[in-house]
Amino acid sequence: MLKVTIDNITIDVEEGMTILQAARMIGGKVVPPAMCYYSKLKGTGGKCRTCLVKVAQSSAKDPRPMPKLVASCSTPVQDGMVVQNLTSPEVQEARKGVVEMLLVNHPLDCPVCDQAGECDLQDLSFNYGMEETASEEERREFPVIDIGPFIKLHMNRCILCYRCVYAADQLTSERRHGVMYRGDGSEISTLIANVIDNDFSGNVIDVCPVGALTDKTFRFKSRVWFIKPMDAHRECGRCSGKGTVWMFGNEIYRVTGRKDQYGEVEEFICNECRFEKKELASWTVEGPRKIKRQSVISANHYEKMVQPSIIKPIEGQMIPPQNEL
Amino acid sequence: MGSSILLANIGVPGIRNLKAYRASGGYSAVEKALREMTPAQVAQEVTRSGLRGRGGAGFPTGLKWSFLDRKTDKPRYLVCNADESEPGTFKDRFLMDKIPHLLIEGLILSSYALGVNNCYIYIRGEFKYLVGILEKAIREAHQNRFLGEKILGSDFSLNIFVHPGAGAYICGEETALLESLEGKRGNPRIKPPFPAFKGLYGCPTVVNNVETLATVGPIISMGGEEYAKIGKGKSTGTKLISACGNINNPGVYEIEMGLLLDDFIYSPAYCGGIAKGKKLKAVIPGGSSVPILPADLILRTLNGQKRLMTYESLAEGEFASGTMLGSGGFIVFDEDACIVRNTWNLTRFYRHESCGQCSPCREGTSWMENVLYRLEHGSGKLSDIDLLVRVAKNIEGNTICPLGDAAAWPVASAIRHFRHEFEEHVKNA
Amino acid sequence: MDNHLLIKENKPVAFSAETLETINQLSKRYPEGERKSILLPVLHMAQEELGGYLTIDILDYVASLVGISPVEVYEVATFYSMYYLDKVGKYVLEVCRTGPCAICGGERIADYLREVLKIKTGETTADGLFTLREVECLGGCGYAPVMQVNTEFYEYLTNEKVDKILSDLRAGAEKETDQQKRWVAQFSSQI
Repeated sequence: MLKVTIDNITIDVEEGMTILQAARMIGGKVVPPAMCYYSKLKGTGGKCRTCLVKVAQSSAKDPRPMPKLVASCSTPVQDGMVVQNLTSPEVQEARKGVVEMLLVNHPLDCPVCDQAGECDLQDLSFNYGMEETASEEERREFPVIDIGPFIKLHMNRCILCYRCVYAADQLTSERRHGVMYRGDGSEISTLIANVIDNDFSGNVIDVCPVGALTDKTFRFKSRVWFIKPMDAHRECGRCSGKGTVWMFGNEIYRVTGRKDQYGEVEEFICNECRFEKKELASWTVEGPRKIKRQSVISANHYEKMVQPSIIKPIEGQMIPPQNEL
Repeated sequence: MGSSILLANIGVPGIRNLKAYRASGGYSAVEKALREMTPAQVAQEVTRSGLRGRGGAGFPTGLKWSFLDRKTDKPRYLVCNADESEPGTFKDRFLMDKIPHLLIEGLILSSYALGVNNCYIYIRGEFKYLVGILEKAIREAHQNRFLGEKILGSDFSLNIFVHPGAGAYICGEETALLESLEGKRGNPRIKPPFPAFKGLYGCPTVVNNVETLATVGPIISMGGEEYAKIGKGKSTGTKLISACGNINNPGVYEIEMGLLLDDFIYSPAYCGGIAKGKKLKAVIPGGSSVPILPADLILRTLNGQKRLMTYESLAEGEFASGTMLGSGGFIVFDEDACIVRNTWNLTRFYRHESCGQCSPCREGTSWMENVLYRLEHGSGKLSDIDLLVRVAKNIEGNTICPLGDAAAWPVASAIRHFRHEFEEHVKNA
Repeated sequence: MDNHLLIKENKPVAFSAETLETINQLSKRYPEGERKSILLPVLHMAQEELGGYLTIDILDYVASLVGISPVEVYEVATFYSMYYLDKVGKYVLEVCRTGPCAICGGERIADYLREVLKIKTGETTADGLFTLREVECLGGCGYAPVMQVNTEFYEYLTNEKVDKILSDLRAGAEKETDQQKRWVAQFSSQI
């Protein structure tokens, strides 16, 4: 076991863990936000740079600080490492800068985006975003395309986290979309008109942190905060059949995987469960899904929300998160 | 300070061929190493020489080699970084074109030191014409038993293969280079793990620049300690400087480290002064990524000392008033050069070459280019100048690989030293 | 580059037997199971032998030869600037536009080429001979301004030199050039 201290909280973790994983063991507000890392998809992380933290002491053996901020999702902990997230003004500033970058070309079309209300970028801009944009440049624009009968791709909203690419690699037999071109011209695309019709392709929607990949069977049906997430299961030959059905009255508007407090699904579900089983009779509803994430859908007050634990700040160093009014 | 090590025999007729190279003492270092030295001794000589990476980072080569994981059963690889793409830099191309066997000899010695049996030269795709030259040199080395099975009757076997890139500056970053060599997009890898543990095909790998590797032969011939006597302080040996821009004699020069920068610019043996009798305005001394310095600060440090061509002297004053030796791509600007236009131009380069993987670089380079385009083309505002400083700061240090820094430094330094020019662009728009 | 979806035409494409053998030899340079390493060289060969630019049909053919999925080839072909995804002329004139060339007159050379060829950057002349591209640093900064045409570098460019290069290329184009084979030949020389 290794000892690691994050924002003055010391815990024991297993060797090989990353700083982010260690922070998630502590929980609450010391957990850095992550837009590209996805614990259930191998190889993800390191790209969005929102989880940057300061390593004030590399290890017990080498007490020097690391020269640059590091991506907590891909930096392994060392014994005696001291990490600052909330307690480092430098980290908070850098994260603000990263969020600004993520928004420079984002269309901010939240009013017509199906992801609104459960969007990681929305949450992130609420916490770290500026009040007004400093950019007056034209935003990058891509055409909206269908990738398969069930999935809509709004490339304008994409932050290039690569999660959907890893998901297609790891969950489906043949990946048909990927990252094309490069630099600020990079885009998620099939390059040719192509159908993604694999049994598990729908999971790209669940792993997408923004509204770039959305469910065509749910498109414009409802704002997510008007529908109730309920855990439900069904007999399925392809997947575990454990999903979350999102209901309006007795109608199922959409089906997703069961997401945890970090927005990650517990188990990936198949396309049949996701897209084709919208009748209540297909499912056994277990009860309301406990959603712990900071999101407007948490405001559904049929279930008491679990408050994240509050970390005792070191005096004088604490930057109050902006949303803590 | 005329010291010629790498280019000593550059004038020998036919030096591109093995026969002439051999006649002027070539491959004697390989004979010496394989017959008289252990791999560890070869590595030790390189450490003693104080040789530092010539690709731009200036990291001690012997130390880099010492990181190589020797505990695994996996094969180890040496990859030669011949992706020379840093604007202002054209020394490796010169070396490979004129005297390719010097590189091959260095690769054999380095592979021997590192316990490597397969070595790849990753060369930028645009240098297609060099592929034939290198392949011919490799073929000649095979025919003369310097490559292949049991070299010169020893137990050491080595193959060298040339591998072309296809147009991507980012592949000069060592992990992007490895990705590209594996047939993928040139996206730099997230580190750790470092190539010394998990490099090419998941195996321990050393990636070194052409010039660095070419220097290993002379080091073994003369001995590390002798090599370390050349140069100044921690900047040992000689360095190839590729000089370009508004000077009388652009070209590739081998200088002994410690040469007065003043001499390098004005001596007829080197740049030969500013072209057309104009005045010196600014210099980017180490490839387009390093900070630009105005004439007064490039010739003398802030405390009045004459600047030398060494890693340390060029860095004196850090970024406030110093710069870096980098790759030795020495770009000279005369009094007519427009700093704003040049900064826009270089930023367009970084935007074009960003792999697009991480957000600060992907978004930041294009943002800066857009703003600089406006400033250069007459629709800039005064507030844009501070905006650029802020965007550059938000990129710097926050990206996966050094391309972010490389894009941020030219902008930050141009504004630091030439803010008035940016302001004039706004006022005269 | 437009970000539109490209069209698969399903036209048959195939390398010569000689090139296939070169590729076979080339693959031996890389360890067992790392055949994907031949992708960049094979794409160069495809561009040179199969019509000067890469169509989806060619990319799919390359995918089958290398033994990887088409999307992996698309990702790579769209990443590197030397792979052309649009039809190009017989000669692609690539003028360096980066800093050192720019301060030594590179921008004026590009202007001049646009003027004499009567095309914009990115376009091809009506006779299909020349495509003009402006590219980033070619590593010839000391010989500025520079331009690359297929494998050749042209340095210290002036308007007069450009005239000469264009007329030489026009004259040479009438003869059957073997330029496209050069790259392949270099690789077949050694395994």
